[in-house]
Amino acid sequence: MNGAQDMGGVPGFGPVEAEPDEPVFHADWEKRAFALTLAMAMPGEWNIDMSRFARENRDPAEYLAMSYYQIWFAALETMLKERDLVRDDEIAAGHALHPAKPVARVLSPGDVLKVLHRGGPTERATGSKPMFKAGDRVRAKTINPKTHTRLPGYVRGHKGTVERVIGFHVFPDSNAHGLGENPQWLYTVRFDGRELWGDGGDPGTIISVDAWEPYLEKA
Amino acid sequence: MAGHDHHHDRDHSELSETQLRVRALETVLTEKGYVDPAALDLLIETYEKKVGPRNGARVVARAWADPAYRARLFKDATTAIAELGYAGRQGEHIVALENTPQRHNMVVCTLCSCYPWPVLGLPPVWYKSAPYRSRAVADPRGVLKDFGVALPADTEIRVWDSTAEIRYLVIPMRPSGAEGWSEDRLADLVTRDSMIGTGLPKEPK
Repeated sequence: MNGAQDMGGVPGFGPVEAEPDEPVFHADWEKRAFALTLAMAMPGEWNIDMSRFARENRDPAEYLAMSYYQIWFAALETMLKERDLVRDDEIAAGHALHPAKPVARVLSPGDVLKVLHRGGPTERATGSKPMFKAGDRVRAKTINPKTHTRLPGYVRGHKGTVERVIGFHVFPDSNAHGLGENPQWLYTVRFDGRELWGDGGDPGTIISVDAWEPYLEKA
Repeated sequence: MAGHDHHHDRDHSELSETQLRVRALETVLTEKGYVDPAALDLLIETYEKKVGPRNGARVVARAWADPAYRARLFKDATTAIAELGYAGRQGEHIVALENTPQRHNMVVCTLCSCYPWPVLGLPPVWYKSAPYRSRAVADPRGVLKDFGVALPADTEIRVWDSTAEIRYLVIPMRPSGAEGWSEDRLADLVTRDSMIGTGLPKEPK
């Protein structure tokens, strides 16, 4: 979806301000929101692409006003409520008021390190041959889906070059909406800075995105 | 003690709505049996104390010290990094990027906050912020300037936008003056930002 999360090239946000000796978390609630988000991935009620969509699918002004862990936490609440795992009256009361729905798995302390170490690889057995090879000229399609996509706005409609065929990976545009993993060929596509930003762009800059085949057409 | 009570009340009124909601949700999820608070504690401890940029620094130091490891790292970073025991969530598919005098690499996630957790830990706030996500792709030299880094005009800046599940780790150039150093000492020169591409390694002293 087009939204405030798609920030590449958006002007006016000012300089990058790094915090010296920054702590990993800035408040206790950030730690808990982070851990709840990771732990609630375990029951398998949603996938990472659904999480990303739940984070970005909000009013742009609201998105920009929230801190990153606030966005994570809001998305967690949304996904829990959508699946009727938690209701508003329970959050207001601070206690469970309705029977728990059965879930497939719960993250136990003994499994934490194993689960983190395993992660969630997204490469799948290939089901087709890639349409493009390294060196091919391609254009990022002009698309404006209302659903989840990982093709940033700033490359849409622009010509680039396939640098690498990465592999056959889960397609977020499908997976985020319960339409299956629908794996597709994934490529690193590089763009000249001036192609993206015009003659004012730094001539010595190359920008790449990782783009699934459905995002690309021959140029 | 009126002053003490006042301070106490103020602390309570400053419990933010977010803080209260997070606490409420954790209680609800725990009561329903969806989460185990001991697992939450362990997740926090892992990313607060164990998994951080020191992991990535060890990878870089080995790549500096051991040419065979360096070759393996650029051929298949996920496997080479797993040799040191680092693997998993948000690092399932890692690519190592080689900085050279001709090319400087810089990593961003314009769409969210994708970052190679097993080697760098959780991202700093600036990495997830609008200024970085917006400008890293449009004005990378300007961003480097914000970090106090100036590169020669003829050095190509290559920006990698982490739009898929591939995670990128920059391998900075080894500074001169650290010949014969152990991997441990070399790792001390490797900063987090030098592995994102917004900084350079420390100079040996």
